Amino acid sequence: MLAYLTLIFSCQLAGELITHFLGLPVPGPVVGMVLLFAFLALRGSVPADLARVADTLLAHLSLLFVPAGVGVMLHFRLIASEALPIGAALVVSTVLTIAVTATIMAWFGRRGDTEKG
Amino acid sequence: MADLRDIWAYLSASPLLHLTLTLAAFLIGTLIYKKSGSNPLANPVFLAVAILVALLLLTRTSYQDYFDGAQFVHFLLGPATVALAVPLYRQFERIRRSAVAIAVSLITGSLTAILSALAIGYLLDGSRDALASLAAKSVTAPVAMGIAERLGGLPSLTAVLVIVTGIFGAMVGPLVLTLIGIRDPAARGLGLGTASHGIGTARAFQETEIAGAFSGLAMGLNALATAILLPLIWRLAT
Repeated sequence: MLAYLTLIFSCQLAGELITHFLGLPVPGPVVGMVLLFAFLALRGSVPADLARVADTLLAHLSLLFVPAGVGVMLHFRLIASEALPIGAALVVSTVLTIAVTATIMAWFGRRGDTEKG
Repeated sequence: MADLRDIWAYLSASPLLHLTLTLAAFLIGTLIYKKSGSNPLANPVFLAVAILVALLLLTRTSYQDYFDGAQFVHFLLGPATVALAVPLYRQFERIRRSAVAIAVSLITGSLTAILSALAIGYLLDGSRDALASLAAKSVTAPVAMGIAERLGGLPSLTAVLVIVTGIFGAMVGPLVLTLIGIRDPAARGLGLGTASHGIGTARAFQETEIAGAFSGLAMGLNALATAILLPLIWRLAT
């Protein structure tokens, strides 16, 4: 367990260093994800202990957003003063993005199935 | 009474209090979510944030003092992002087979997120600050803050809009997808991850691992796509 927790942290650390020195526009942990993925691809399978650590972390993924979410209390006034443009843009754009992305993906999926069948 | 105040002063100076409150608020949120029959509208992140903000305002605690304790939870976001490689690897065969579909859906979705937010905000007289902070709302917080800063927006407002977008997408996204008849878990995951990043991904994992893996992938790819597309669009639009 500890070995794989260390591996995950090392990937993140390496990711942070790589994005910093290459000036990449993606955050360190995303590069760390790519590094861990490369490790798994080279190894050809997921070690059981790594799967346990990863699944435990991801099972509680929502919890990890709570501290940043509480930061909304710092911006109540600014958001209230522009409630209409901010609220409408956020609500409509989010619903539209989910619907458009999933519809195109599902369309490709159906087309693939008919080609196969 | 003085003793009680001493105890409060002692407790509120230690990170343990706000760390414990964060976990407790989330547990309460999860309990309500389960009692509601896993209704997406009873989103545990939303409930936990509401409980904590109410508590902090009542006790006149600053966000900074709260974050001193809560940062230990916040810190785990990085390792959790790295850990997404595991479900991604497990689903890789599926992802590789639909590489073209993913690329087309993702780029269209990314453009939809940017352009619709900017257009609606502009038509409703949003300030330049608000527009620059809104444009990257569908991207995971650290990237969105970096992009907003380059556009002249407010990074801390961006972070809040990103979280609100994530919570909102996780709350209504599954309902929207069901209403428009999308049952394919890969498509559901890709939609949730593109529009509402990590919080959408957490929600997608509760549906199926396939949805979660595609959502995590969409989150990473949309961060990259928006970081490249948004500065170009912003230059053309202003």
